[in-house]
Amino acid sequence: MKPAPFAYHAPGSLRAALDLLAALENPRLLAGGQSLMPMLNYRLATPDHLIDLGNIEELHGIDVTAAGLGIGSMTTQRTIQNSPLVARHCPLLIEALDHVGHQTTRNRGTIGGSLCHLDPAAELPLVSQVLEPTLTIAGRVGVRQIPFAAFPVGQLTTQLEPDEILTRVTFPPQPANTHTAFEEFARRPGDFAIVAVAVQITMGAAGLVADARIAVGGIEPVAVRLREAERLLVGQPWSADRVSAVLDLAESHPAEGDHNNPAEYRQHLVKVLAGRAFARVQAKLGTVDA
Amino acid sequence: MAAEAPGHGTPGSFFRMEDDALLRGKGRFIDDVKLPNLLHAAFVRSAHAHAMVRGIDTAEARSLPGVRAVLTYADLRPLMTGDRIGLGLPSGYLRFHVDPFVLVKDEATYVGEPIVLIIAESRRVAEDAANLVVVDLDPLPVVVDVDKAVVNGSPKARLDCPDNVVARTSVKYGDTAAAFARADHVIVERFLLHKGGGHSIEGRGVVAHFDPASDLLTVWNSTQMPHRCKSILIDMLALAEHQVRVIAPDVGGGFGPKAVFHPEELAIAAAALLLQAPVKWIEDRFENFVAAVLERDQSWNVEVAVDADGRLLGIRGAVRHDHGSCTPYGLAIPYNSATNLVSTYVLPALDFDVLWCLTNKVPTSSTRGAGRPQGTFVIERMLDLVARRLGLDRTEVRRRNLIPAEKMPYSVPIKMRDGSPMTYDSGDYPESQRQALLAADWDGFPARREASLKAGRMRGIGLANYVELTGRGPFESVTVRVGPSGKILVATGATAQGQSTKTTLAQVVADILHVDLDRVQVSCGDTATSLLGVGAFASRQTVTAGNSACEAARIVAQKALDIAAVLLEVSAADLELVDGAARLKGVPEIKRDLGDLARAVNGSIGFPLPGGIPAGLFATSNFQVQGTPFASGTHVAEVEVDPETGLVEIERYTVVHDCGRVLNPTVVDGQVVGGVVHGIGATLFEWMQYDAFGQPLTVTYADYLLPSADVVPRIDVHHMESPSPLNPLGVKGAGEGGTIGAPAAIGCAVEHALRPLDIIIRELPITPARLHAQIRAAQRALREAAKT
Repeated sequence: MKPAPFAYHAPGSLRAALDLLAALENPRLLAGGQSLMPMLNYRLATPDHLIDLGNIEELHGIDVTAAGLGIGSMTTQRTIQNSPLVARHCPLLIEALDHVGHQTTRNRGTIGGSLCHLDPAAELPLVSQVLEPTLTIAGRVGVRQIPFAAFPVGQLTTQLEPDEILTRVTFPPQPANTHTAFEEFARRPGDFAIVAVAVQITMGAAGLVADARIAVGGIEPVAVRLREAERLLVGQPWSADRVSAVLDLAESHPAEGDHNNPAEYRQHLVKVLAGRAFARVQAKLGTVDA
Repeated sequence: MAAEAPGHGTPGSFFRMEDDALLRGKGRFIDDVKLPNLLHAAFVRSAHAHAMVRGIDTAEARSLPGVRAVLTYADLRPLMTGDRIGLGLPSGYLRFHVDPFVLVKDEATYVGEPIVLIIAESRRVAEDAANLVVVDLDPLPVVVDVDKAVVNGSPKARLDCPDNVVARTSVKYGDTAAAFARADHVIVERFLLHKGGGHSIEGRGVVAHFDPASDLLTVWNSTQMPHRCKSILIDMLALAEHQVRVIAPDVGGGFGPKAVFHPEELAIAAAALLLQAPVKWIEDRFENFVAAVLERDQSWNVEVAVDADGRLLGIRGAVRHDHGSCTPYGLAIPYNSATNLVSTYVLPALDFDVLWCLTNKVPTSSTRGAGRPQGTFVIERMLDLVARRLGLDRTEVRRRNLIPAEKMPYSVPIKMRDGSPMTYDSGDYPESQRQALLAADWDGFPARREASLKAGRMRGIGLANYVELTGRGPFESVTVRVGPSGKILVATGATAQGQSTKTTLAQVVADILHVDLDRVQVSCGDTATSLLGVGAFASRQTVTAGNSACEAARIVAQKALDIAAVLLEVSAADLELVDGAARLKGVPEIKRDLGDLARAVNGSIGFPLPGGIPAGLFATSNFQVQGTPFASGTHVAEVEVDPETGLVEIERYTVVHDCGRVLNPTVVDGQVVGGVVHGIGATLFEWMQYDAFGQPLTVTYADYLLPSADVVPRIDVHHMESPSPLNPLGVKGAGEGGTIGAPAAIGCAVEHALRPLDIIIRELPITPARLHAQIRAAQRALREAAKT
């Protein structure tokens, strides 16, 4: 279980990393390595060059601007988890991070690494479906920004071009009266989810739901938004009947199963976990009519 | 009892003498063995579960820089005395022998079977070269399911065998037909039980080095049985006893699989001889998943006959074991499963068919518990079904069937390997159950269930009684030697994989010689320091080596007194051993230290030994155990089930454990707790899965789940002590009881939690998806019933 031979590069700037990425044959970016290193050891990935982004200062850090909460792509999951800024502006991210691996893996794992690896059962791509961050992507010719929704292309596959690097993830400011909840089912704490659900509800004037977002991981190759179910809620007063209809619709969303957790079981878990998430959101809504 | 500083006098909870080196990172494990010019090995393994090898192209691999050799069966065969590695233990049940080859000769029979051995300057280069070898495999029909494999016309797992039924016997006594004829109730069930691998934190590993100057092949091996390894190497490589030394250094866990001689052990030794260079092979985790033996699947059909009071009259049925593609060791697993159906209960008649079935999977051999957890699971499930049928309390139906203490020793007419009947030597099973229920606050359960219900959880409590055959013979060798330095060397054929073997033996010797523990050194697992040895399996070493240590130390103690009597010109009867010296009773100033006594009989040039006493202050004992002490106990598990997801969480766990006289409670607690954790794994998590083509599906720890610290509850251990009458120390083994009781107790608790849904647990492991499917079906059935 030794990786195939590769050359290791540790550029000190984004520019240098982009140059290497463009110049080298069969390169791979190393952004924490909590998934990539096992893949190298199993020889499931056999790059000729490994470009470690860990030394690039400009890819680290957390700040808040008018655009929202900005997180450098190489910021570790542990740093994000401990950040008071994140706790204030994006508590759903922290709730999800509590389920990401273990403290030792979070010390190394990065937000950019997780989003770009795009494991179907990973928590950070899932909550990103709900939080709708903007991704800043640097290429040799310039920088572009895309919404996260456009980022996933398929299982473990993103829209990132071979010569591009994800540099920054910006979570837009949340409107007032926005409540979130994250629920996950895994066999043991820290395991990849069998199914996970993230919910964000924004209440508007007159007790009507202004915005509803429901994302589910573990049923498709990429975490998915349940937009039809969301539409049942938006513009309506919060009610138990509505939530119940949403849960039934969520359960009917087709799922891909495997030998251990068949499709029917995963669909059922979607309903159970969404129900628990909605119950927690409802508790935060307080006196709103249920 | 709290751990205290080393001292003498057993029993007691001493600090483990192993810990100082291990905690300081000064242990010496197999990968710590470093030799000059060491070469490294990797194997090319079969990617097919069943295939003929049509050709092997090694040219590209050979030409890779750093590669020293690319070896196939044809290259190694000239060094061997035979085609196959003679491993099979004698057994009347075998229909034919299926010993493995050192490397695949022409027919690959499981995914992971080694075909080519690469020797290179580093493991990395060896793996690079392995990727360059092209093995032309011609796939054959694959056998994966035991129930299909025993049917006439099934494909064969091996073309060189007549069929797939490699062994068959029946475990039988009493008049089962009559028992069923007069039964008031007969309960019929079917079970599919899985048990996984050993999963020691250190995988297997071998370093082999031939030194022409001393004409000695030294093999460091992460094994439970170095003496057996030596004997197989001698047989296979046409060497003599003085030409082979096998050393098991610090071993990072065994749990069964390392008792088995695997083909890689011979391949590496042969390569070292062939190349005249030291070779190291460290198994990686992928290899451990695909190529180390494990227990795997059993298919059960069971019928139980009881009278109107729920008393057992007889059991009959059959168990089929998925044995994999050869017989690497013994046939213990399903046999133990069947004999453990008797467990702690009065069972007048048993007629059980036991069948070993070849499949295209890695061979099986025992992991902790060795088939007994499965048998215990079945009898305990059946007793729960009896309770359900008769409307009895689950504890009461067990109480009615438990063997009463006054019947001890209790014989069951099942013939053991020595020809004697299976005899439970001592114990008080009803008292064990009583203490366990008390310790677990069984009566306080309803209040805890109410609290769980408020949180949407269904809570259940379950119990299981069990017995464990321990201390299998014939013997273990121990030599106790006192040197002029006053230090005491204990050399033994027993081996250590984390069971505190050294501490336990040192304690026994220190107690008898009345010295501090730090004066005792123990040498384990080296064929050069102990000429005879058997090794670690069947929870045997405290029974076998412990009693040899006791006997040898007593001989040494007497000899020390005899020497002192000559030197002090007093009668030996007036002397006593105190604080490492022989001293005159009542006159403590008149004494001779053990070191001085050793010096006196080590001899001085030309002078006769004092009093004509034979030379050397040492003794060897190969204490031959009579029978097999049966440890026993009761487990109580309390679980919460989330009916919406099927998740089972263990909330409380209580063990009452009786392994006879407890020498060191801390060590025994460690064995029991570790065993329970293994049992939790077997019950809820561990599952080595294969697809219909025999491809292993669970080859990482992301897919094969071990019980992590998060999911293991506090385990409350209580000891009972029913000394074994079979050996002077009164001890029984303690290594596996924790595992044997756990699946049955947890299964009982899960069934109890789901009692409103009338669910029966028939499969191991109990996964959330499986359990939820049962919950959902039961809920549907209840709804249907409510409609009609």
